[in-house]
Amino acid sequence: MTEHNRKLLDSVTEKSGRIQRAPENFLNAVQLVEVAAGRRDFLRAAFMSAAGATAALGNRAALAESQGDPNILTLPEHSKGLGQPVATRGYGSPSVWEKNLQRRESPGLTRVGAAGVSFCPLQGLFGIITPNGLHFERHHQGWWDIDPTKHRFMINGLVKNPKVYTMNDLMRLPSVSRMHFIECGANTGMEWGNVAVPTVQYTHGMLSCCEFTGVPLSVLLEDCGFDKVKGKYLLAEGADGSGMTRTISMERALDDCFVAYAMNGEMLRPENGYPLRLVVPGIQGVSWVKWLRRIEVGDMPYATKDETLHYVDLMPDGMQRQYTSIQECKSVITTPSGGQALLGRGFYNITGLAWSGRGRIKRVDVSIDGGRNWRIARLETPILSKCFTRFNIGWNWQGGPAVLQSRAVDETGYVQPQLNQLRQVRGSRSIYHNNAIQSWQVNGSGEVSNVHVS
Amino acid sequence: MSMFPDRVRCYEAAMAGTIICIGVMSAAFAQSIPLPYTGIGRTATPAEIKAWDIDVRPDFKGLPPGAGSVANGQQIWETKCESCHGTFGESNEVFTPITGGTTPEDRVTGHVEALMRSDFPQRTTLMKLTQLSTLWDYINRAMPWNAPKSLTVDEVYAVTAYILNLGDILPADFVLSDKNIREVQAMLPNRNGMLKFEPLWNIKGSGDVHNTLCMTDCKIDAKTISSLPDFARNAHGNLAEQNRLIGPVQGINTAEVFGDATPAKKAATKVVSTAPDASDLAKKYACVACHATRSKLIGPSYKDISAKYNGDVGASAKLAAKIRIGGAGTWGTTPMPAHAAISDEDLHALAQWSLSGGQ
Repeated sequence: MTEHNRKLLDSVTEKSGRIQRAPENFLNAVQLVEVAAGRRDFLRAAFMSAAGATAALGNRAALAESQGDPNILTLPEHSKGLGQPVATRGYGSPSVWEKNLQRRESPGLTRVGAAGVSFCPLQGLFGIITPNGLHFERHHQGWWDIDPTKHRFMINGLVKNPKVYTMNDLMRLPSVSRMHFIECGANTGMEWGNVAVPTVQYTHGMLSCCEFTGVPLSVLLEDCGFDKVKGKYLLAEGADGSGMTRTISMERALDDCFVAYAMNGEMLRPENGYPLRLVVPGIQGVSWVKWLRRIEVGDMPYATKDETLHYVDLMPDGMQRQYTSIQECKSVITTPSGGQALLGRGFYNITGLAWSGRGRIKRVDVSIDGGRNWRIARLETPILSKCFTRFNIGWNWQGGPAVLQSRAVDETGYVQPQLNQLRQVRGSRSIYHNNAIQSWQVNGSGEVSNVHVS
Repeated sequence: MSMFPDRVRCYEAAMAGTIICIGVMSAAFAQSIPLPYTGIGRTATPAEIKAWDIDVRPDFKGLPPGAGSVANGQQIWETKCESCHGTFGESNEVFTPITGGTTPEDRVTGHVEALMRSDFPQRTTLMKLTQLSTLWDYINRAMPWNAPKSLTVDEVYAVTAYILNLGDILPADFVLSDKNIREVQAMLPNRNGMLKFEPLWNIKGSGDVHNTLCMTDCKIDAKTISSLPDFARNAHGNLAEQNRLIGPVQGINTAEVFGDATPAKKAATKVVSTAPDASDLAKKYACVACHATRSKLIGPSYKDISAKYNGDVGASAKLAAKIRIGGAGTWGTTPMPAHAAISDEDLHALAQWSLSGGQ
């Protein structure tokens, strides 16, 4: 046993026969360590027995007999001892109790981690900003931590003056800071045919939202004197082994694209393209080229590997749709969601995220009966273009089965479709751009699971 | 550019307790950020542009002159490509297959028939490929997997030619070059199989699938048509360990039930374990793409490696050298590629770990 856990054990006074109310409060010392490691079966078992006893005796009687919660009656170590000094950790990290929320891979999805995906734990996040350490990852040939003093960014092609910029140069230029979601085109792609994964982390976790800071492409393109007549397309190219390349329309580039060096107040994380990546609001994540080294101005799309062999949507007639880039309006309930269990009957706050690649979220409706009846959810501010919007709505669970759904509407009036509506048009083999309404089934014991309903 | 409003900046001089205010005029700011942005960036040299501007477009602009034969491509394939993609480009062990699924008829129509069939199991590279430039460009910029951009121009032509030969598109005596690549483009089985889909390219588009805003008593069947089968309940690991300890919900314990004797110990180490793990290194360097703990994939299992070198005192150094410079096909027809980029420390850890059978 480690020193930390011994302390943890010592700090807990075991009181057998006592009954407490909140589920995290009636664990004995050993169970508490279990829970710290994420072994929730102990917590659940303890909860069940306590809930049973509480129900039998009644809360008041139980508390009177026990005189109260030992977490209150017996002062804990942290109330009686000296805590740790400032700067103990020069770069802070989350509480040891938060280790369950990690980026995770979906087993069997890819064979090679360097060309894999790690999913963001949406089930445990609040508000609309994704912490940098939990931002989803998608690499095509592994990630690197590049020396920023040696990184160069080039613009060439249909420009009067092809230029090279250092990071110093870029960080001297006028900057913008904007909050945007980034979603992989293949997000929810495993769910086209049937339910394949258990939780929102895996159904929707190729998705994150940050405040990015960088230089508008319009500033850089002007600086190089781009050809405003012929220059209809850009090629963005990464400095990694895959030399990731994607075509961007000039219209998008001049509207709101920027080369970003920062996310959520600090420099980009290496896994997210340090020191420079492209931000293409509303467009699928693969276009947000990481470790960005070059932009070429051209007069035709480039048909690169990841817009010809991948990131193309196969239709039932065997035609592949190319350059399908926009992430259309979509939403998902993050709590309660698949793989979670409700703690008991009574009030719950149904909460989730909505976003649209075409602008702001106008409205989100929530159904608890599989889409038969809907109520309008409360949207939290800020409500920004091409950014997460958090929604909330109250629900009293009476203990019966339910199917929870959310349906988002964006400012263009587009309504998030049902899965069967998507399938009617696109079949079930298109992999990309599945923005269907998600269904979470709640059974009589409060367990929530991923289902498709007709 | 009216980016900066008029404002007054005040600085508190902390020690003196006085406040200094500096008036800032927007005009002054505007003058301080003139266009162009003088002193920022510089003109790229022709050599720099040549070094980086490697993309090849669908009209073959950017394609460097050169040539490569199918025969030469086969030689390169067998040493640098086969270990991941299989002898005939058919392997799906590491990546999706490159060859298969195309017919002589497809080469006439230019649209692969198997793509229209919902029962066809795989979509191979040659089934999907509409532009030959895509294949050339990608091999040139990103292959081989662990040594991208290491092939010469002629080698890229050769490997491209060999892949097309494996797909029965080019004869075995063909030499692909910048001179004849357009003719070969016209032979691709799926050259007509793609369309640019404007509704999902143009941000002003309205999409192709539409829902309505029914609010009450909407017409639904409310039948569950798909759910996760019981055997897959724990396929993504224990979901209890993937949810927060506190909150309105708890993660469901999908793992087997443990007895109460051992888990405390197990859990305790789990909470604080931060030491890097050799199995993480095996993932990091993509060893696990070809090697599994117990079963043979492309390469031998760690269990078999451990058994083979059991009792050999020099095994660790031998194995480390093999990982570094590549194998010779000791275990089968496919030699292990070289891994030049692994640090000595990691190399040693991986060799030791392999000898322990991946434990």
